[in-house]
Amino acid sequence: MKNKFKVFSQLFQQKASTPPPVNGDRRVPLPPLPRRRGPGPLQRWRERGIHVTLFLAAASSIAVTLGIVGILGYESLAFFREVSLWDFLTDPQWTPLFDDAHYGIMSLVAGTATVAAVALSLALPVGTITAIYLSEYAPHKVREIVKPFLELLTAVPTVVFGYFALLFVTPLLRHFIPSLPGFNMLSAGLVIGVMIIPYVSSLSEDAMRAVPMHLREASYSMGATRFQTSVRVVFPAALSGVASAYVLGFSRAIGETMVVAIAAGLQPNLTLNPLEPASTITAYIVQVSLGDLPHGSLSYQTIFAAGLTLMLMTLVFNIGGHLLRKQFREKY
Amino acid sequence: MDFRKGIQKRKRLDKLFTLVGLLATLVGVITLMALMIDLAWDGTARLNWNFFTAFPSRFPDKAGILSAWVGTTVIMIVTALAAVPMGVAAGIYLEEYAPKNTLTTLIEINIANLAGVPSIVYGLMALGLFVYKMNLGTSVITAGLTLALLILPIVIMATREAIRTIPSSIREAAFAVGATKWQLIRHHILPYSAGGILTGVIIGLSRAIGESAPLITIGALTFIAFLPTSPLTGTFPYISFEWLKSPYTALPIQAFNWVSRPQKAFHLNAAAAGLTLMGMTLAMNGVAIWIRYRFRKRIKW
Repeated sequence: MKNKFKVFSQLFQQKASTPPPVNGDRRVPLPPLPRRRGPGPLQRWRERGIHVTLFLAAASSIAVTLGIVGILGYESLAFFREVSLWDFLTDPQWTPLFDDAHYGIMSLVAGTATVAAVALSLALPVGTITAIYLSEYAPHKVREIVKPFLELLTAVPTVVFGYFALLFVTPLLRHFIPSLPGFNMLSAGLVIGVMIIPYVSSLSEDAMRAVPMHLREASYSMGATRFQTSVRVVFPAALSGVASAYVLGFSRAIGETMVVAIAAGLQPNLTLNPLEPASTITAYIVQVSLGDLPHGSLSYQTIFAAGLTLMLMTLVFNIGGHLLRKQFREKY
Repeated sequence: MDFRKGIQKRKRLDKLFTLVGLLATLVGVITLMALMIDLAWDGTARLNWNFFTAFPSRFPDKAGILSAWVGTTVIMIVTALAAVPMGVAAGIYLEEYAPKNTLTTLIEINIANLAGVPSIVYGLMALGLFVYKMNLGTSVITAGLTLALLILPIVIMATREAIRTIPSSIREAAFAVGATKWQLIRHHILPYSAGGILTGVIIGLSRAIGESAPLITIGALTFIAFLPTSPLTGTFPYISFEWLKSPYTALPIQAFNWVSRPQKAFHLNAAAAGLTLMGMTLAMNGVAIWIRYRFRKRIKW
């Protein structure tokens, strides 16, 4: 390294000593350039140390994933040594805390799926329409006012949403459905739906705005209305981005905890009827965690098995979304 | 003639969609309003000095949130101290150092996936790893680290985004006068991206402040009638880290505890606690928006 710099500095000095063609015969020799040096050994070590430290910070995200998968897998394995996978998947009851214990995850999965279905059937259409409206229709001013408000929705603590679901939405719904029980999946699902609208709408809007202008111009020049352009040109072109927005919305909907723990009731219930109370995977984990949890007991391990199920559900949808995106990705 | 009718129909459809779009957009906004009004309606009556300076109690009108807001504050300090250096370092690595190879791609995909992992799963991981494997127990440090891991992807992404806006001419100029990579980062990249990073950090923290599910999973108590020990002590070495190990409660947990009781009076307390929490979150978001605005105005490339 050092030699290289020496060669360089000699090179510079040689160049400097070659006569510059100025003022006829008066040749003013330039002052010699200062000797150039690269970073010293100390500095080089510091640079390397910093490089390694930064790399470790980035790689630690992988450690987090490994930690999650490792812990969930390790504790679930202990669980499945006691309870057969067959029972886990087919038993209609989930009563791990009773004397007559049953470990049928399906009743929790049913609750999770119902709440998510209610939430998504609100959030996907509303979020998509909002995105189309904001990206294609709304005047600049409306967008500037509405977007921060929608962002605020994501900042509301989930406990507050739970409070809102239990003490505002449920009483409100009871005006229309008098037989609605105080805890039900409908109001929890609706509130979660509103909660994830901004996730769906903002990602979808970004995707739609990324659609190049010339596609819209081409559509308009053919005489299409704004609606036709939005629905037949922009939306399909943005579909891959919209799909990832949907997948994110889904993950949020099944992973949301506090709203269901507060407003949906904590009774595992094998039903797909949103008018009934039920427990979800996340609500069950909260319920068990609130009690005294003897470490290493079977009931302690159930929450990890439930958590693993939740992770697998998210994973399946993520992979599905990935395939979908690949299918629909358009190159402009 | 049919053709004209078709155009008419399509134009009507277009007008209709303007209306539908506006309504859909308003769903979120109106719900937010309803939520805030409902919360304020129930909660404001309980918001007095006593509410902030009293410990929780069996009597709803005497109960307060002292231990909860102190707990939330100390947890946020630990979270910020853990998440910011790690997230910023990871962001800098990925933007400035990372070679284009499989490992980098793996890290990037991994971070994107971590952002989608349900928060309660972080709680389960922390329960297994921090509480039992590392024997940290149910303490402030466990809670802080858990939330730090939760917001790590947000901090990393914000850092990367902030760094990406810095034009490469700055880098070239720094290298041209002989700066090393770290000097470039230390003197140029970090100061210029500070606004964006800070915005991301605050958004992340405002998300963490409202999280209760992971904290409940790692066994946070819902009733705590004492404060963590003070970080400053009267005797040498004057600084104590005992508070990191003390049990805690946090605002969202306190609110959850109150809302899940049957008595109406406790619900009012929950509303007041929720209102306090909302106030903190909104204030943080406001600060984030302000920072973003200021820095955008100041720097012109």
